[in-house]
Amino acid sequence: MRWANDKKLKPKKLSRRAFIMLGMQVGLMGLLGFRMRQLGVEQTKQFRLLAEENRINLQLVPPARGLIYDRLGNIVANNTPLYRIQIVREQAINSTQVLRKLSDIIPISEDEMAQVLDNMAKRRPWVPVTITENLDWAQVAAVAANAPSLPGISPIVGAYRNYPKAEEFCHIVGYVGPVSDYDLSKIEDDDPLLHIPRFQIGKNGIETRAEHALRGKAGIKRIEVNAVGRVMREIDNKASEPGKNLQLTVDTELQSAALERISDESAAVVLMDVQSGDILALASAPAFDPNKFVTGISVSDWKDLNENEYRPLANKTVSGTYPPGSTFKMVVALAALEAGVIDANEQVRCTGSVKLFGSKFHCWRRGGHGQVSLVRSLRESCDVYFYEIAQRVGIEKISEMARKLGLGIRHDLPLPAIRKGLTPTKEWKRTVKGADWVIGDTLNAGIGQGFTLASPLQLAIMAARIATGTAIDPRLINTVGEDLMPVKGNTPLDINPEHLALVRRGMFEVVNGARGTARGSKITTKGMEMAGKTGTSQVRRITKKERASGVIRNKDLPWNRRDHALFVAFAPYDNPKYAVAVIVEHGGGGSKAAAPIARDVMLAALEKDDTGYGKLPSQKRRTGDPDEQTPQTPLKPRDRA
Amino acid sequence: MSSYDRQMEDLPTGFGKVLAYHWALTLLIIAASSIGFLMLFSVADGDISRWAQPQMIRFALGLTVMTIMAFIPIHTFRNLSFFVYLFALVLLVVVEFAGNSSKGSQRWIDLGFMRLQPSELMKIALVMVLAFYYSWLDRDRVSKPLWLLPPLILTLIPMALVLRQPDLGTAVLLFAGAVVVMFLAGVSWWYFATGASAVAGLVFAVFYSKGQSWQLLKDYQYKRIATFLDPSNDPLGAGYHITQSKIALGSGGLSGRGFMQGTQGRLNFLPEKHTDFIFTTLAEEFGFIGGATLLLIYLLIVVFCVASAVSNTNRYGALVTLGVSATFFFYFAVNMSMVMGMAPVVGVPLPLVSYGGSAMLVLLAGFGLVQSAHIHRPR
Repeated sequence: MRWANDKKLKPKKLSRRAFIMLGMQVGLMGLLGFRMRQLGVEQTKQFRLLAEENRINLQLVPPARGLIYDRLGNIVANNTPLYRIQIVREQAINSTQVLRKLSDIIPISEDEMAQVLDNMAKRRPWVPVTITENLDWAQVAAVAANAPSLPGISPIVGAYRNYPKAEEFCHIVGYVGPVSDYDLSKIEDDDPLLHIPRFQIGKNGIETRAEHALRGKAGIKRIEVNAVGRVMREIDNKASEPGKNLQLTVDTELQSAALERISDESAAVVLMDVQSGDILALASAPAFDPNKFVTGISVSDWKDLNENEYRPLANKTVSGTYPPGSTFKMVVALAALEAGVIDANEQVRCTGSVKLFGSKFHCWRRGGHGQVSLVRSLRESCDVYFYEIAQRVGIEKISEMARKLGLGIRHDLPLPAIRKGLTPTKEWKRTVKGADWVIGDTLNAGIGQGFTLASPLQLAIMAARIATGTAIDPRLINTVGEDLMPVKGNTPLDINPEHLALVRRGMFEVVNGARGTARGSKITTKGMEMAGKTGTSQVRRITKKERASGVIRNKDLPWNRRDHALFVAFAPYDNPKYAVAVIVEHGGGGSKAAAPIARDVMLAALEKDDTGYGKLPSQKRRTGDPDEQTPQTPLKPRDRA
Repeated sequence: MSSYDRQMEDLPTGFGKVLAYHWALTLLIIAASSIGFLMLFSVADGDISRWAQPQMIRFALGLTVMTIMAFIPIHTFRNLSFFVYLFALVLLVVVEFAGNSSKGSQRWIDLGFMRLQPSELMKIALVMVLAFYYSWLDRDRVSKPLWLLPPLILTLIPMALVLRQPDLGTAVLLFAGAVVVMFLAGVSWWYFATGASAVAGLVFAVFYSKGQSWQLLKDYQYKRIATFLDPSNDPLGAGYHITQSKIALGSGGLSGRGFMQGTQGRLNFLPEKHTDFIFTTLAEEFGFIGGATLLLIYLLIVVFCVASAVSNTNRYGALVTLGVSATFFFYFAVNMSMVMGMAPVVGVPLPLVSYGGSAMLVLLAGFGLVQSAHIHRPR
């Protein structure tokens, strides 16, 4: 009965509500259709573009890094193929089994295997995982030969930077390393190559400073990828442009000889061609193996280098600054001569010390030198003479002369951390030290102590400028690609040539004079005579008490309290070709520790020069008449007295 | 003679049932599914065995189930309604404790040959039990508060279980399906007005609770809502799905890039390209025309269901037909809104088209009920 009653009401009510619902549904569907039209038809262009961008991925092809040669054409830095073995999980199917098989061919430790499996598990199945690097060709060939039984395994040829000369050029060429976040934050360079993971960029030395030329330009490969980055196919490929090759002015043989000669010390040698400014050797000891940095240096190696008292990582030739000591006396002498406060014959009496304004200033020789002229003062390195003339000429003129000769200014070499050194002035002391310049400061400056600081490079430049009378600038890179780098500063200095000759004469006497401080390092070969100046710079203060009881000898002091030994020189005396500067940190006296090194390096250069060897192929001989060079058989450095 | 017997007399029997079978509806279902097979073939990059073939087999199975159900008198299902509901509820409880976890939520039971999602079954079961309740309940009592309680309880229990999985999308769909059946059964407008205000209040509370100690939703759900409101502020993270699917839809244009020519889906830029986001591949490859065609097929399915229901004086049959069609509508409306960036990404498949066993089988079973109600409607 209930059904019969309901029959009148039910259909009506249900259909009304059903139609309301249908109306809402149709309305919503209309909205969906409208939205579909809006997205699909009206904004097609914009979305098509977005879809295209999604699909095509630009992949950078890293360029080959430029090579670096020395002046003779020897390779200093090159790119070596690096053989890597990779595994792709989805191709290997049973990775563990494949790895076990592989370990029969090449050595893989259990740890390495576990790490590879772990790496694979973390990544998507088609991402290649490196199993091992640094394989030799025979191993790679063995793996390739067994390829059919090793699914998913593929040998990959990459390239890494190699420094065949290892230690010899570590401070000059530096090294490369993978680009880090820190590098990215520091360098203002929008080169997309830098964003390639583990892309190698210069981290030190010329590799850093000439990064731009060496790097080259990226090639571009357009590939179609899917959302997870798997490559579907290559669309096109634009080849990369390799970096430019560099040729250095450095001569590997001289560099090796110099480094070998100082290898036991914490020392630096700079050898320079005085005519062209070419740096032939720039050795800083101890050295390190830059190859260790390329693939990432181990913690223990890094610790060894970083905590070594001799600071192997520092390039002491340009980054080390030292009080120049007596090697500064040429500067003071020239300043005084130019100012006209002394002349060649003026005599100063040395009694071993001089009392000025209440303080006592000592000469290195306790008994004094007696009557001293300019040439003699240089020869015997009389301190009292230079106290006197420094006082007469004043610090401003001394520092001005120092800068003229290349001290206290930053020389533009493509090396990092080039230090400026210091040529003090009254103004400088007031602003930096907050104190007035006192006369004692001038006297200390007169013998190259006190505030004055110079790097071995600057001292070599000073020697070269004194030798030639030109404002020659150093040069480290000969060619970049095809471009020859110009010789700079080959113009006369504003110094009276007679005064220069006088100072050069003094330097000649230092080495060749019977009482010269460096007479033990004389070059006896005719036409190769060396002129130089010793320097011994104190790193500690000698107290009154110590002076009274006798100055403690260097060998009785701990290493880091001993004096620095310095020597600057040029040769041959009458036709200067090369200038050299040597510093042996805490080496003791300049005549004993530094001069013999300078002599040996100089001789190596001169002997080489004799055989017509060591000149840049692209440049003509600048000095000397070939006929003038009489063939001689020079003595070996160590045979000499 | 009881009213029951009288009804039975009018019903078609034997071959008459085949004539009364809703052929138009069946053809529309086959058409929608065929579009699905084509798309599954395309997203698998021409590999039929990957998705298209299993889907066809399941569809054939589903179609058989639907046809068999169509010939079983509707009152049989009416009598089974409550048991079906109980069965689905038990499965939901089982999945809660023994289900497999997929993407951080427990949704299915592995039966070996297929993965059963009890929440999908519950969508139809809930419609059945509510239709049964309202076909049993005296018309005068429909809007009485006390008689409103049982359907609410019947709805809230499975909703709570589904929310625990957690599957917000299905919970909302269950609720929407239940509300539609109650609305059609004639529950007073006042309740819906009150309910709507309550929902508005709840929405406000949900947003207000964010960051408070009594936060109502999970962080990822807030993130989805925030992404929905402005997907561009996190294009590679939370907004990735929506942005990529909009790109696919948009790049299709009027007539699309052509079959198998879409790049977004085939190159895997689209997430869930063979399931929830399959519509984007359709729109990319066949453009607005393809998308609109599918929408039109869906519209016709809904219209035929409503037309069948309004001419059906069997209250249970009519309610079930409308309930199933509403559930079907919610499926595709939510899915399309989602891929077109009009609703949050909630994980609802495109009915009959998306790859998936449970949803397809359950939906075809639902249409089996519709067919049965249609064939066995009182004349």
